[in-house]
Amino acid sequence: MPKQTPSQTVGPYFAYGLTPQPYGRPGIADGRIVNETVPGERIIVTGRVIDGAGKPVIDSMIEIWQADAQGRYAHPADGREADFHGFGRTGTDETGTFRIETVKPGSVTGSDARPQAPHLNVTVFARGMPNHAYTRIYFSDESAANESDAVLGLVDAGRRGTLIAARQETAGGPVYRFDINLQGDAETVFFDP
Amino acid sequence: MKPNTEYTRRDWDSHPPYIVPDYKSTLLRGPKKPLIPIPHSLSELTGPVFGHDKVGPLDHDLTKNGVQNGDPLGERIIVTGRVLDEAGRPVPHTLVELWQANAAGRYVHRWDQHNAPLDPNFFGGGRTVTDAEGRYRFITIKPGAYPWGNHHNAWRPNHIHFSLFGPSFVTRLVTQMYFPGDPLLEYDPIYQGIPEVSRSRLISRFSLDVTEPMQALGYEFDIVLRGPRATPVDED
Ligand SMILES: [Fe+3]
Repeated sequence: MPKQTPSQTVGPYFAYGLTPQPYGRPGIADGRIVNETVPGERIIVTGRVIDGAGKPVIDSMIEIWQADAQGRYAHPADGREADFHGFGRTGTDETGTFRIETVKPGSVTGSDARPQAPHLNVTVFARGMPNHAYTRIYFSDESAANESDAVLGLVDAGRRGTLIAARQETAGGPVYRFDINLQGDAETVFFDP
Repeated sequence: MKPNTEYTRRDWDSHPPYIVPDYKSTLLRGPKKPLIPIPHSLSELTGPVFGHDKVGPLDHDLTKNGVQNGDPLGERIIVTGRVLDEAGRPVPHTLVELWQANAAGRYVHRWDQHNAPLDPNFFGGGRTVTDAEGRYRFITIKPGAYPWGNHHNAWRPNHIHFSLFGPSFVTRLVTQMYFPGDPLLEYDPIYQGIPEVSRSRLISRFSLDVTEPMQALGYEFDIVLRGPRATPVDED
C-alpha cells in the first residue's frame, strides 16, 4: 500500500499560484463565496491571523468549506442539490486580516446523526506551517445549538470560545469577528479530522 | 458513497511536525496545543469539486502560459505522475495546482527580492485536473535554487510547489516536489523536517520514458492522499 505524501509549507510565495487575481490571472476562488442570487442571510466573516508573538501573519491563506443556508454541501457524498459551490479562499493582507463574504450556513447532520451547530470549515496555510491547520468557525448567536454541538463538546469549555465568531450588527449587515491565534494563551483550537 | 465511510487519519509518521526548530518561522507559527481528533461528518466527508471549467487550455503548460514575446529561458521539463489514495486507487478528476520559481530561482511574487532576473515569458503558476486514471501532466522549466533568510547561506533546493484537493475536505494536501540528486536537500530544514522514512516520497524520479527527444527531460512524481477507510456496513 502506498503511504501518504508528506505535507510541506505553502512558503512565502504562494499568492501568485493560489490567489493569483492581483497578478492578473483568474483564481479558482476568492473570499466572496456567494453571488447575488444565493439565498440565505448575508454575512461577513473577518479577523486576523496572529502568531505566537502577537504579530499579524501577513503571508497566510485561509480556505472555507461550507454548507448552504439549508445545510447542504455541493458534493456527491451529500447528494442534495446545494445552492452554491461553498468554497472560498483568501490570503491575509498586510495587517494579517482576511475577509469572507458569504451566507450563514444551515445545520449539518453530525456523525452521530444529531444536528450540528452551524459552522464554517476552515483550513489555515502559511509560510512557517509545514502542515495546514483545521479549525471551525461557529457563530455567537447560536448559543443553544453550540451548547449541544458534538464537536464543540470535545473541546475543553475554557477553549471553546476560540471557535466562536462574535456577531456585530453594522450598517452593512452582520459582521462576525474571528481571529485565528496560531499560538499563545488564546491559541485557536485546531482539529485533526 | 456509503454513509459510514470515513477517511484515514493524517499519518503523523509521514508528515512533518508543526514545529521544526531548524525551520525558524515555525517557532511562532506552529500550533503548540494538541490537535483535537474529530469524527467525520458530512463537513469532513465532502469538499470542493473542481471541474475542467476551472482549467484553461494552457494552464498545464508553464512554457506557454506566461509568454509575452518569446519562449521562457531554462531547461524544459515534463512533470507527470498519478494522484492515488492509500489503497493505491487513482484519484480521478481532481484539481492539481502548482507554482514555482523560474530557471534563475526568482518568483514573480511582489515580495521576492532575490536579485536574480525575472523572465518576462515565465509566470510560474499553473493548474490541471487529473484524468480518469488519476494522471496529471505539466510542461514547465526546471526551477532554480534560491536563497532565503533562515540561516547563513540558506538556499532552497530546486522545488515545485503542489496543491491538491482530493475528494474531501480532509484529503487536502499542499506539498513540494524535489529533484533527484540535489545537493541542497541535505541542508534544507524544510525538507529535513519531514520524518526520515517519508522524505524520499517528495523526490521525483528522472524518467527517460517521459523524456521527449529534442524537447524536454521527464520527471515522474506520484502523490498519495488520504483514502477512504471503509467501515463494514450492511447495505440493505
Ligand atoms: Fe518555493
